[in-house]
Amino acid sequence: MTMEATRYEDGTISYPGHPRGPGGTEPVETVDLSEYTAEVITWTTSMATPPGVREPNHLAIVEFDVKGEIVRALGQLTTGDVETGDEVQPVHVDELREPGAGIREPESQEWDGYRFEPV
Amino acid sequence: MERVAVIGSSMTQFGQRDGWILDLLAEAGLACLDDAGVDAADVDHLYVSNMASGEFEGQTGIMNALAQDIDATPAYTQRIDQTSSSGGAGIYAAWQSIASGASDMTLLVGGEKMTHRTTGESTDVIASLTHPVEYKQGVTLPSFAGLTARHYLERFDAPRESLAKVAVKNHANGVHNPHAQFQKEVDLETVLESPIVADPLRLYDFCPITDGSAALMLCPESVAQEYADEYAVITGIDGATDTHVVHEREDPTVMGGVVESGEGAYEMSGRGPDDIDVAELHDMFTILEFLQMEGLGFAEHGEAWKLVEEGETERDGELPINTSGGLKSKGHPLGTSGVAQGVEIYEQLMDEAGDRQVEAEVGLCCNVGGFGNCVITTIMEAAQ
Repeated sequence: MTMEATRYEDGTISYPGHPRGPGGTEPVETVDLSEYTAEVITWTTSMATPPGVREPNHLAIVEFDVKGEIVRALGQLTTGDVETGDEVQPVHVDELREPGAGIREPESQEWDGYRFEPV
Repeated sequence: MERVAVIGSSMTQFGQRDGWILDLLAEAGLACLDDAGVDAADVDHLYVSNMASGEFEGQTGIMNALAQDIDATPAYTQRIDQTSSSGGAGIYAAWQSIASGASDMTLLVGGEKMTHRTTGESTDVIASLTHPVEYKQGVTLPSFAGLTARHYLERFDAPRESLAKVAVKNHANGVHNPHAQFQKEVDLETVLESPIVADPLRLYDFCPITDGSAALMLCPESVAQEYADEYAVITGIDGATDTHVVHEREDPTVMGGVVESGEGAYEMSGRGPDDIDVAELHDMFTILEFLQMEGLGFAEHGEAWKLVEEGETERDGELPINTSGGLKSKGHPLGTSGVAQGVEIYEQLMDEAGDRQVEAEVGLCCNVGGFGNCVITTIMEAAQ
């Protein structure tokens, strides 16, 4: 289980990865963000969630510093008790929302992933 | 290249409607033909702006159905889907059809039927535009707004009340729009005490779920002069994208698609922010009005809230924004909204806006798809 980001030829990293990076650069390797901690940039608690999603749903945009390269990710929080600037770590969850409850074809994507837990 | 004129418009009642998508499209399409004084047989191109009739209603092929329903066959038809900016993209497609010489008369109809679905189902249809890594986290468009609003308020030390004042203003404008879903004022206290939807944003920071349709008739300026003494001209229009994955943007408070499309529309028209007399912005969430004001150059980065606090965007202010009531009060039938923005600007330029009328020779509308993923900016001017 990894939180797989992609590093491109120019050294930049994105989560998720794309077939081409900034300036048309090619992917060169993956980076496992679950080995790092991150800082909460902003957060919200969503009270009106779609079918198959927990309610309330605590969400945050967080920022990883991977040896000087900044990469952001969005994910659920394990708790609503956070503040901007808090340090969090990714924790794996087998099912972030119920596959098939919403409009998206269940087989079209993966449903496990990471929540962010305050350190 | 000949200038592209707008010679007619229409808009159905927005809100919870009994009719289905084909009914709504026909209602607006026929009304627009009537308003422009154009025979259906003279329509060369017919565009339908719609995000998700297949997902909401199980009805596809709506552009061809509309062509028959309003007796416009054998007009060329196309459905335009660019999520919430389908309406603006429809204006762009209609403009291109005329500017290229492919059509001498183009009818654009935007329509969406949503209210038969639950809020959760509608939210999920809309959220299906997100990337798989976002979708599996249960992200919704309102939650993007909550994330962005918190960041904006904290970073720029803006008062929470300034966002609420956007809702208060747009509801006050909607009172004077007979087609608006909500023709009811709300006060600051009501907005600030309404239920939380995506912290720090509350119920009145969000647009409603809406059924409705709107239409515009476009033609070359030389043809417009055969139909009307007064008409409007689209002098600038451009579209642009930003990242699909919202958190990958360098600055969460900047919508690159707004900036890029705005610059393109200004350059084409030879106009700038100071030339705009009235604007319709995509206030799906109150925070979006701030981001578009800044992206379009109406305010410095991080300072749009000050203009709202000073009342400059009210109907009697220096730059009236969302005189129609905006998506917030008028309603947001997804693919319709960009067309309805164009209808409001057209009516303002033609002095047909009734109690909402402001003095305007140049108007702008900005239609946002996704959370700034796709954006169309249009500048329209009165002509005689």
